[in-house]
Amino acid sequence: MNRFLLPLGAFLLLAVVLAIGIKHSPEKGVIASPLVGRPAPQFSLPALSDPARQVRSADLKGHWYLFNVWGTWCAECRAEHPVLLKVQRAGIVPLIGLDWKDDNAQAREWLAQLGNPYETVAVDASGRAAIEWGVYGAPETFLVNPQGIVVYKHVGALTDDTWAREILPRVSAVAAGS
Amino acid sequence: MLPELGHFALILALLLAALQAFFGIAGASASRERWMAAVIPAVAGQAVMVGTAVACLIAAFVSDDFSVNYVAENSNSALPLFYRVTALWGAHEGSLLLWILLLALWTVAVAIGSGRLPARFAARVLGVLGVVSFGFLLFTLATSNPFVRLDPPAPDGRDLNPILQDPGLAVHPPVLYTGYVGFAVAFAFACAAMLEGRLDQQWARWTRPWTTVAWSFLTCGIALGSFWAYYELGWGGFWFWDPVENASFMPWLVGTALVHSLAVTDKRGLFKSWTLLLAILAFSLSMLGTFLVRSGVLVSVHSFAADPMRGIFILAFLVVMIGGALTLYAWRAPLLKSAAGFELGARESFLLFNNVLLVIAAATVFAGTLAPLISDALGLGTLSVGPPYFNPTFLVSMLPLLALLSVGIHANWKRGRLKDSERTLLLSFVAAAVLGCGLALGVWAGGGLLGALGATLGVWIALSSLVDPIDRWRRGLSLPRAVLGMTVAHLGVALMVVALTTVQSFTVERDVALAADGSARVGDYEFRFAGVQPVEGPNYSGVGATVVVMRHGSQVAVLRPQKRQYWVQRQVTSETAITMHRGNNLLLALGDDLGAGRWSLRVQIRPLVSLVWLAAFIMALGGALAASDRRYHVAQAAQRAAADALGEPAR
Repeated sequence: MNRFLLPLGAFLLLAVVLAIGIKHSPEKGVIASPLVGRPAPQFSLPALSDPARQVRSADLKGHWYLFNVWGTWCAECRAEHPVLLKVQRAGIVPLIGLDWKDDNAQAREWLAQLGNPYETVAVDASGRAAIEWGVYGAPETFLVNPQGIVVYKHVGALTDDTWAREILPRVSAVAAGS
Repeated sequence: MLPELGHFALILALLLAALQAFFGIAGASASRERWMAAVIPAVAGQAVMVGTAVACLIAAFVSDDFSVNYVAENSNSALPLFYRVTALWGAHEGSLLLWILLLALWTVAVAIGSGRLPARFAARVLGVLGVVSFGFLLFTLATSNPFVRLDPPAPDGRDLNPILQDPGLAVHPPVLYTGYVGFAVAFAFACAAMLEGRLDQQWARWTRPWTTVAWSFLTCGIALGSFWAYYELGWGGFWFWDPVENASFMPWLVGTALVHSLAVTDKRGLFKSWTLLLAILAFSLSMLGTFLVRSGVLVSVHSFAADPMRGIFILAFLVVMIGGALTLYAWRAPLLKSAAGFELGARESFLLFNNVLLVIAAATVFAGTLAPLISDALGLGTLSVGPPYFNPTFLVSMLPLLALLSVGIHANWKRGRLKDSERTLLLSFVAAAVLGCGLALGVWAGGGLLGALGATLGVWIALSSLVDPIDRWRRGLSLPRAVLGMTVAHLGVALMVVALTTVQSFTVERDVALAADGSARVGDYEFRFAGVQPVEGPNYSGVGATVVVMRHGSQVAVLRPQKRQYWVQRQVTSETAITMHRGNNLLLALGDDLGAGRWSLRVQIRPLVSLVWLAAFIMALGGALAASDRRYHVAQAAQRAAADALGEPAR
């Protein structure tokens, strides 16, 4: 046995540990939000489809919803869009969009081109609502339960994996229990 | 247009790096002069291309080009010009570009200095550096392109992370990276020597000045980072054993071992395989640091946005580079035989202990840093390792190291007769013990065991370091820069020991709640709170407090800690106010508004804390002095002549 092979062996072992670390890492990349476990912030904002109509947080109580913060200026939101469309097709949780610091005409064009996954889109032109939700940068997604409590927050683009591993179990576990 | 030009320049740099790697390594193996001659132009071309890419990205920042995604995410039209330039390395993609730029500059420096090396060896060194550069360029282009466009462009940027809006950001990453990247040079020399199969002590001599310079930069970079965390982040300490701090500290510990082990290999032709291994290890740990920061596997204040794809790429690159080098090592190292032996009390033994203890220290830091990861990988749940683990385990390897340092300085090369210097040794120890205990008990009463131990060790190291220079001076001998540098660096160590143990033993920290015109007494100082006023900056607003510091009835300083809220990112940062008074560092951080005009304030009094950073800079200065010794240049020129003579056919 060549003792000079030992460093190589130790290194390869480390590489395996690091590889496992990477596999586990997405769930660690989540930035914990102080909002989790607390009531979702109240808001009343104009709807994108009809600015005369107001989207009110009070009206959203009583069922699960995913609150998705996006903007046409946000590159990652475009990458996330197909996942949102899949979530909508699954028909399990409705998506409520928050169009953050955006141009209404551009936002409507975006939804017309890429497809509209949202049940409703609220317009946050000034960015006030996003501040209250503690948004650090778009896209961010919050899962809110029927009692209006934020149960999960995802920073960055939503992925199939996050949907399957983090969001779906939370919704279906409660649905199965009730 | 400019971002596309930058992107194109990066692609050209990638191709040139591939050429540099191929012509360097293959050219030397196949002994093709013309291939090897192509290496230097490839190095120069690559540096120009990388420089162009960096210039293009800086231009995008300066001109507020928010059609570039990286600029839109890390800048803002209200950001001052200075930070728009330093925002270049404010996040993952740009800091990677900085890494590549620094590697290109180191490579150019090696190419310029390589005129003194045999042509084949120089080609191999530059070839290995080409492989490293190729890997990082490919990583950037494949997963982290900073020139990606936004369509449509963002109306304004998301602003630079407010924590990074400080002059410290301008200096800390480039200096730290210069150190990290510098170890690539030692790595390349080691790989070239193994490829060549000529593992005599020459490669060690050629490597020494480069390694020492890299070590000096790393020392400065870590110290700046620690200073920055203390001063800007107001974390109330200078070292937190954060995973990423550890990631910079591990290569430093192993690099320190390497600097000493290279000395033995150079002077005495010993520890050859060990020195090779350390050279590989120092750079491997630098790369591991890059992996930990950018893959999201560990949670740290320094983490870049987590991206598993990036992690997989760096891991694959690590396996190729480090795995390749260690395979080469397993193949070549058995051929090595040490030319000479040494006695137990000789300087070689002490340097061996130095190496073993430094590597043990690095290993304990490594174990603590990766423990959460390993526990998670084995499904044992989340584990958190902090100062209660690191402080004592680190001390266990450091205390014997420091004690042996004082003894080892007196030892001779090869011969183990400490008797010659027994009297000096004893004298310096007694003097140190008396002085150290006197200091600990007299000047700063109540320091406890650690204070006395630290003062004694520090004084002992300082006295021991001065023995040789004083002896040379008395005998009318000259003081070469190498010896002067070593002395200065060891005096830095002595100062560091005294400073660290004093800070640990004597820090006072208190949270006080004060109404306007109220005052609180902490230690010898009285803090009078004069109330808060609103403050407005170019891209933030906040409140600032005014606190008058008094001591024995006379005013010492007026401190103005602030709390700032940055408009765009809505992040609140605490600007601590710091002042020095008689070697004491007074730190004040503004806490929360308690209502009715009352505010909470955190007061810290740390004696001698600025000496910690001063000590680190003295150590780095010592390294720089040692690296500038004429010996390396003269000796290298002579060896070049010798190597050329060997290459000629016998007449």
